[in-house]
Amino acid sequence: MHKVIKSIAVVAAAALTLTACSTGGAAPSASDTGPKIKIGMAYDVGGRGDQSFNDSAALGLDKAAKEFGVETKEAAATNGESESAREERLNQLIDAGYTNIVAVGFAYAPSVGKVAKANPDVKFAIVDDASEASTGDNIMNITFAENEGSFLVGAAAALKSTTGHIGFVGGVQIGLIEKFEAGFVAGAKAVKPDIKISVKYLTQPPDFSGFASVDKGKAAAEGMYQGGADVVYHAAGGSGGGVFSAAKAAGKMAIGVDSDQALTAAEDVRSVIITSMLKRVDVGVYTFIKSIHDGSFKAGNNVFDLKVDGVGYSTTGGKIDDIKAQLDAYKADIISGKITVPAAPAKK
Amino acid sequence: MKLDLRRIGLAVAAPVLAIGVALILATLILLVAGDPVVAVWQVLFKAPLPRQVVAIVNEATVLYLSAVAVAIGFKMNLFNIGVDGQYRVASFAAAVFAGANFLPGWLNIAVAIVISMITGALWALIAGALKVGRGVSEVISTIMLNYIATYLVAFFLKMAAVKVEGSNATSTAVLAEDSRVPGISVNWLLATNNKIYGLIFLAIAVGFIYWFVLNKTRFGFDLRATGQSETAAVASGINVKKMVLASMVISGAAAGLVGMPLLFGQDYAYGDTVQAGLGFAGISVALLGRNHPAGMAIAALLWGYLSQISNGLQISAGVSDKLVLIIQGIIVLSVVIAYEVVRRAGLRLEQRRVASELAAQASTKTEEVAV
Repeated sequence: MHKVIKSIAVVAAAALTLTACSTGGAAPSASDTGPKIKIGMAYDVGGRGDQSFNDSAALGLDKAAKEFGVETKEAAATNGESESAREERLNQLIDAGYTNIVAVGFAYAPSVGKVAKANPDVKFAIVDDASEASTGDNIMNITFAENEGSFLVGAAAALKSTTGHIGFVGGVQIGLIEKFEAGFVAGAKAVKPDIKISVKYLTQPPDFSGFASVDKGKAAAEGMYQGGADVVYHAAGGSGGGVFSAAKAAGKMAIGVDSDQALTAAEDVRSVIITSMLKRVDVGVYTFIKSIHDGSFKAGNNVFDLKVDGVGYSTTGGKIDDIKAQLDAYKADIISGKITVPAAPAKK
Repeated sequence: MKLDLRRIGLAVAAPVLAIGVALILATLILLVAGDPVVAVWQVLFKAPLPRQVVAIVNEATVLYLSAVAVAIGFKMNLFNIGVDGQYRVASFAAAVFAGANFLPGWLNIAVAIVISMITGALWALIAGALKVGRGVSEVISTIMLNYIATYLVAFFLKMAAVKVEGSNATSTAVLAEDSRVPGISVNWLLATNNKIYGLIFLAIAVGFIYWFVLNKTRFGFDLRATGQSETAAVASGINVKKMVLASMVISGAAAGLVGMPLLFGQDYAYGDTVQAGLGFAGISVALLGRNHPAGMAIAALLWGYLSQISNGLQISAGVSDKLVLIIQGIIVLSVVIAYEVVRRAGLRLEQRRVASELAAQASTKTEEVAV
């Protein structure tokens, strides 16, 4: 059967070459004048266009591309893919000549560790992981204090809520997203200890579709709004679009995540986004590319927390201008260590 | 045994027809989507690199085990959609046991694999018991059990999880060095240091046992008989209820093996980034391979080839990898349709042959009478 497939392939390819030449869809050749930095991006599930986590990484890439004129190649993970698929993606990027690689998401940790070891000349950055598996002389780890940023938007939600009932929609119930939940709950309770907080996760691992299911996000948020919540924070990647449309339909408020979603979400729902928890993946990615450009690349973990503005909250739209002073006070307390934000939800 | 050329011709015609149809349909979709057709086919039909060959064989190993698990049910006319849940529950149980290091080295591996098979079998038994006892369709119950499996494993995984410093992943304890199955090095054949799963031999053994039990034992005969005609099976004294339970349990035990090459040959733990959806891929592979032990092996390789090569589509052709999912779906549909078309064509050929033979007999008879 294999031979059969092969011969069919040859015939088909030949036929297609004849018929489809007019469409002119050949891959662009990489003939350049100057030696540009070549950056390969391996995105998490959802890829560029998720308006959230991956888009935040893409933003950093775009900024660096504009400043340093880098050449880029991008590829995204698929839901439920094998470990070898991740490895292969990194290898393919290297084969194509992209010798500086950004892996977006902790799922890449083992594959980055392995491929980096096999390719000591290639430089890597991995977002969201600093474990032993992804530590190496040619790997820069980019991690964030998501709980600290989430604390601030939790406080904002509690301050803005009139019903005393807020909600959290997590994409997939993994440790990383629980970190968002823990910070959000702590922040809200710091403002109003008896506040009611509905928590809902869209899917359980290994089903990662919760990061890319607008319908699930919408259903979860609709339930919360109908139940009396008036502010819902989502940490659900691409599913967040559903949370926003539910907020719009209910005439309630929502809080975005990772990117400044009052700028990145679909235009008709931007009005419901009072603030976004900024996880500056863009700064992390930009820092990596800049270090390649300057020749100052340094391996090891880079923690992006409140202190270095690696996480924070957005003010686009001016909807939280009235409480900004209170939020900044909390921010100062976290930075000074007066408030310690938990990284995992309290056991029920 | 005489080779029946017509039968072989028909057997080859179906996959050839299916792949031909799939190619044409996929090309049409590419054209509609405005994607570079030539570049896509160039990527898809490029000879795989050595490391890709290893990855394809590894992926096929896992898919094959899944396909066999599904095929055991298919042979009984049982649609075990629950392989997906069964393998995840089972690998989790095996990972927890093996990670605890109660036993040394190979013994640990062997017992963990047995535990995995038992867990998979018990999980499948629920659906079997529901069908036998209450007449619940196994399609419905196994789909629901898949959901339950996801939530159950996620819940227990949190309890069993071992925190790794600096990691955002949740996973069971990592297996000790001596509890891992070493890979098979192929650098004497291919220019790569990547290794083939040592447990590929398990898959081969499972394929052989599948063939042997189905074709050479009383049990296998009963199984196939029940699958082809339940009333005929009852008439010949087969206890159908017992057969339903037995085949579900065996199917579940085989499903328990699906995650073993991953656990002992690659991940060394069960975590939230474990490969999902292998049970569903197994259904496609079993359909594609027509439940035949060798057919499924070829189908698993083809499936693995398509999914491995799909990475290149994004990078070299700038096309969404979802396209490969579409092509895979089209191939399965085409295969199912093509087999039916070819089966009917074969039936017509057979009828024509019989008719002409009968006509010939009749004419000689009339001649005899005339004389």
